[in-house]
Amino acid sequence: MTKRQLLMKHILLSMTLALGLLVGSTPVLASEGGAELPSAGVNLRDQASLQRGARLFFNYCVGCHSLQYQRYSRIAEDLGLTEKEVMENLNFTGAKFGEPVISHMPEDMAKQWFGKAPPDLSLEVRAKTADWVYGYLNSFYVDPSRPVGWNNTVFPNASMPFPLWELQGIQTAVRKPGSEDVEKLELSQPGTMTPAQYQQAARDLTNFLAYVSEPAALQRHAYGIWVILFLALFTLLAYALKKEYWKDVH
Amino acid sequence: MANVFTRMGDWVNERAPNMMPAYRKHMTEYYAPKNFNLWYYFGSLALLVLVNQIVTGIFLTMNYNPSAAGAFASVEYIMRDVEWGWLIRYMHSTGASLFFVVVFLHMFRGLMYGSYKKPRELVWLLGMLIFLVLMAEAFMGYVLPWGNMSFWGAKVIISLFGTIPVIGGTLVEWIMGDYLPADATLNRFFALHVIALPLVLLLLVVLHIAALHEVGSNNPDGVEIKKGPKGNRWDALKPADGIPFHPYYTVKDLVGVGFFLMIAAFIIFFAPTFGGWFLEHDNFIPANNLATPAHIKPVWYFTPFYAILRMIPSFLGQAFWGVLAMFGAIALLFALPWIDVGKVKSIRYRGTGYKVALGLFVLSFIMLGAVGAGVTAEVIPEWFGDVDVTFWENLFGRLMTLVYFGYFVFLWLYTRFGWETTKPVPERVTTHD
Repeated sequence: MTKRQLLMKHILLSMTLALGLLVGSTPVLASEGGAELPSAGVNLRDQASLQRGARLFFNYCVGCHSLQYQRYSRIAEDLGLTEKEVMENLNFTGAKFGEPVISHMPEDMAKQWFGKAPPDLSLEVRAKTADWVYGYLNSFYVDPSRPVGWNNTVFPNASMPFPLWELQGIQTAVRKPGSEDVEKLELSQPGTMTPAQYQQAARDLTNFLAYVSEPAALQRHAYGIWVILFLALFTLLAYALKKEYWKDVH
Repeated sequence: MANVFTRMGDWVNERAPNMMPAYRKHMTEYYAPKNFNLWYYFGSLALLVLVNQIVTGIFLTMNYNPSAAGAFASVEYIMRDVEWGWLIRYMHSTGASLFFVVVFLHMFRGLMYGSYKKPRELVWLLGMLIFLVLMAEAFMGYVLPWGNMSFWGAKVIISLFGTIPVIGGTLVEWIMGDYLPADATLNRFFALHVIALPLVLLLLVVLHIAALHEVGSNNPDGVEIKKGPKGNRWDALKPADGIPFHPYYTVKDLVGVGFFLMIAAFIIFFAPTFGGWFLEHDNFIPANNLATPAHIKPVWYFTPFYAILRMIPSFLGQAFWGVLAMFGAIALLFALPWIDVGKVKSIRYRGTGYKVALGLFVLSFIMLGAVGAGVTAEVIPEWFGDVDVTFWENLFGRLMTLVYFGYFVFLWLYTRFGWETTKPVPERVTTHD
């Protein structure tokens, strides 16, 4: 390209870029693996889903992962459960009702087993987005080259084994011809759930983690509409007042 | 009952005789032009947000723990265990972003109607000082939650001072009180954020308003109502086109407040992170000096200046030029009253060259924001396929930087050498009977 052509290309590109940015198309948040993430369809009003998600979390996740900012009592309060239900069905750590969810996994052991301590998941959805967590839960595949035998397309080379494999089954990677890149994942051994059931389970778990990342969201949504309606009324009255006062300004 | 109030009023007046005259001077007998439009809401809105930040800030301080070990957890404690803590925190965090929205629009109003010009240069200078202090205040506030973006943002911004030749390295350690942003940094930022800078801000706001009330408000026509005909319904010697600030503009501003609060409430209750623009995803991860976020970038309101910093390459073995350009971008705004020497104030009566230049200036500011926020880096490969992203991003960013600085050069040439063809400015504001 000559200098002039390059300049023209630059001007054209700049103009398209400026125009496009002004019109305001924001790019979709993609995973670190580059794949576009399916929507997690989080719905905090679906209490049954939150309860199922909580059950999954306490059956499969709490062995390694804490929710250090989430109290058992708050789970009961927000998910419509009684103290007895939470203490018998969800609390396997022996913590008191008002205490937060702390895993019993010793940190130094975890570091030995997995190379790093399993992260606290209190804020995972806020840090990574719900779609990311949902995509992550759907994207484990067997990979003998990894220390724990599992890999993940959404978070490549994650050091986490896949505890939900019994439910989903075992996925294997189909590579692009002549490349190490994963083209897609195939279910090579079915689990106890059908793919549709597993996706619902992953949704429920994501939904629960989304709730845990911000319990206040339940209150926000409940109060928000009333606050805005009140402010609309206030604005209307203020406008009427302004009209009245300004009648004599010409 | 009325009698009790009158007597209380008299009691105060006998002991503080200057209070009523001050109230009259700034409220009931401050005559503002009658033709303010939408753009004139943002001054009072900025004041509203300032009050909101102070009040919610006080309540946050009651539960926040300014230590590297406890800060992050204390913010989650506020979000989860403090009664209404989530609301207080979202009001504060949303307020911070809306403060900049309002201030940017307020400043743009000043540009558009020439409010920085004689006799309001001091009003403009004080306003620019407020902007500068506000940026420092916002930056330090952003560090306090001690998330990973707080940490790395602090590290990057403080490192800017390290590019200053000779003293840079020592200066950075002096600012941080450590070799990395750490407990000492957080403690001093807390002190500055909750005491020192708010005091300075309040003082500057008082001076800004006092300076404004001395010379009187500008208006969309850019005409001086004090130089126009005299005599209105309230005072035979005051400007005919002026109306008392109270009650006329207090009730009008109340409508603006209502609209503004509706928008603010929508964000606070339904989108407090604003898609990662007001509260960033990486800041929900605790500060970790071993794990760098994928993209370190400041919050949206700093991104135009951050882009200028990034776009200026090192030169003569010094990385200082970017920092110089970034601060220069703000310093030039300070000097605006002396760069734009045109006599006509309002865009309504200015030359076409000015209108185009101002439009391009705003465009460059927004585009630099997009570059600084990393939007271009994501969008270029998406729209143009397999191209050298850094190369095109730099070219685009540098072009926009050129436009930004070009505005000031153009404005000076345009007005200094009489290239501007202006329209005749009316004698009085255009809306009067």
